[in-house]
Amino acid sequence: MIRWKTDRFAGWGRTAPALARAARPERQAELDAAFAGAREFGATLPRGNGRSYGDAAQVTDGALVLGTRLDRFVSFDPATNLLVAEPGATFADLLAAFLPRGLAAPVSPGTMYATLGGALAADAHGKNHDRAGSFGAHVEWFDLLIANGETLRCSREQNADLFRATIGGMGLTGFVRRLALRLAPASPFVRVKESRVDDLDEFFEEFAASRDGANFTVGWVDALAKGAQLGRGIFETAEYAPDAAQRPPGLRAPKPIPFDLPGFALSAPIVRGFNELYWRRVPEAGRTGERALDRFLYPLDSLADWNRLYGKRGFHQFQAVVPDGPARDAVRDMLEKVAATGNASFLAVLKTLGGEGHGLLSFPMRGVTLALDIPNAAGADELLASLEAIARDAGGRIYLAKDSRQSAATFRATYPRLAEFEAVLAEFDPEKRLESDLSRRLGIRGGPA
Amino acid sequence: MIWVVIGASSTIAREFARQAAMQGAGILLAGRDRDDLAANAADIATRANVPVRVEHFDLADASEHSALLESAHSFANGAEINLFLAAGTMPAQAEIDADPGLAAGTIVTNYTGAVLLLQRFAPVFEAQKSGTVIALGSVAGDRGRLKNYVYGSAKAGLHAYLQGLRARLVRSGAHVVTLKPGFVDTAMTWGLPGLFLVASPAAIAKAALTAAAKKRDIVYAPFFWWGIMSIIKHIPERIFKKLNI
Repeated sequence: MIRWKTDRFAGWGRTAPALARAARPERQAELDAAFAGAREFGATLPRGNGRSYGDAAQVTDGALVLGTRLDRFVSFDPATNLLVAEPGATFADLLAAFLPRGLAAPVSPGTMYATLGGALAADAHGKNHDRAGSFGAHVEWFDLLIANGETLRCSREQNADLFRATIGGMGLTGFVRRLALRLAPASPFVRVKESRVDDLDEFFEEFAASRDGANFTVGWVDALAKGAQLGRGIFETAEYAPDAAQRPPGLRAPKPIPFDLPGFALSAPIVRGFNELYWRRVPEAGRTGERALDRFLYPLDSLADWNRLYGKRGFHQFQAVVPDGPARDAVRDMLEKVAATGNASFLAVLKTLGGEGHGLLSFPMRGVTLALDIPNAAGADELLASLEAIARDAGGRIYLAKDSRQSAATFRATYPRLAEFEAVLAEFDPEKRLESDLSRRLGIRGGPA
Repeated sequence: MIWVVIGASSTIAREFARQAAMQGAGILLAGRDRDDLAANAADIATRANVPVRVEHFDLADASEHSALLESAHSFANGAEINLFLAAGTMPAQAEIDADPGLAAGTIVTNYTGAVLLLQRFAPVFEAQKSGTVIALGSVAGDRGRLKNYVYGSAKAGLHAYLQGLRARLVRSGAHVVTLKPGFVDTAMTWGLPGLFLVASPAAIAKAALTAAAKKRDIVYAPFFWWGIMSIIKHIPERIFKKLNI
């Protein structure tokens, strides 16, 4: 028997909780029952661990089918490194089971509590995008429960249109009931090279020097620095260190945020002071050290529920990618806007992306991506709108897994394969059973049914 | 060592089997839902490089108990046998009040079946002079109350039985843990009104393994339920009988 509960569900940014019904099947047979039963409540949407920031995993007055308890591994073939798993398995599960065997997810988002199903739906990218591409590139196939209750095997050969629509499709094609992911060799430690970056030009020099060489690259940028210091930050490159000693020597555990910081204290002067200290943490000459893989990939996970730092009103996350050509100017414009308002946190990330994803709505393109937390306070909407305009005018786009505010017009203008995506939905979900608050806001298939 | 996990389709048992396997134990999954057990077995075998076996098993059918014992012996192949007993059902009290026949099923799965099975397994622990039995009791067994008294009384009986079994087995070096979870976030409690301080199945499983390692006797999980139940147990009956809980 499937029991439904009514509750409020929000994204990680907690800006706009939506009232919805939710079922949480624990077995594959219960999934079919829940997915069918959802029909009587209106729009249906799969949801994982709620790690997307905006309104992608919620559907107001609809029915959510939660995948978190469909979290089992199905099989693993050591000859091919192909793992078959249910969608609710998380990157944390994967790390615990496979890192001791020298394997890890080939691509990992910034939190290990994201589910594999969620990473597929977002076509998530990681710190190794230049090298490895996004998550969907490593998915061999998946079984998709579609609107009419059938389950279809999708791969590059079989149901290839659904395959490409589901990768990055934000859950709008159906419920992925199991997926096959090819794991990649890894080791428990990485050797991280950190260097202080004085301004934006230096950041772009670092990108150019390392993007095709280093395995992992990521930059932290001081989003409140102005003038000559605009774009200063810390640039990190990292490689697996299979020769590392058991415990990483020297380097202290990374603390991107001071964990005892109270939520009400995230005001501009305090963040500015913090950023100054954080920047100076790395010596001027830079440094190299070994770090546990999980601490490198998921620095924020050492603080549970860090989204609560932003208080009840929550926060927006803005992430856009801009093609290489106009990237420097566009990023400069964005950082100037942010610094002028003072409405941004320390969690600002600048990094390069390597190329387009496999999905029709995949976010990445070859270029530079900037990600910022923006507290949901006065002026946030205006700031987001101006950042959106800069990204759009530079030929970039906004990441749907982070987005909470972009306009339907910007979305339609910046996702060139949207029409193909909508055509696949029209074929496999003619009744428009699957919807999310995001799909309604962005007018996917013309908005609400 | 191996863990025989009874009621292995339950969410707590699924988590327990995973965590025990990650510590290197072989796992025998016993329960009624064959497909689900097969999926759990594949999960465990993929996560942890340990032997896994599935047995179809109904705790309520005592004629199956000896077959499970034999299977455990052959699966263990000389290794230490441990038992995690998570079988049980919790129909709403209102349903039982409407259909007295449901009371029998509740008592069989939560009490009679458990006692008969543990009686059969007790000599195993005496013979091997080691090993642990973890049985899931419930805070509902600490005091009979309006909303849950048939289930609660079966668990209360189980608690008393486990105390006696503990005294019997300690003499040969084996150990019995009575684990009393509070509200746990499972399919059984999903969407029920009036729950608070709900714990994850993974946390309960972890508490079970810790209790076994530290040879704890009676453990509330999470621990603060000890305090809550201490208060509830001390409310005078003349007041308690009028409370709507």
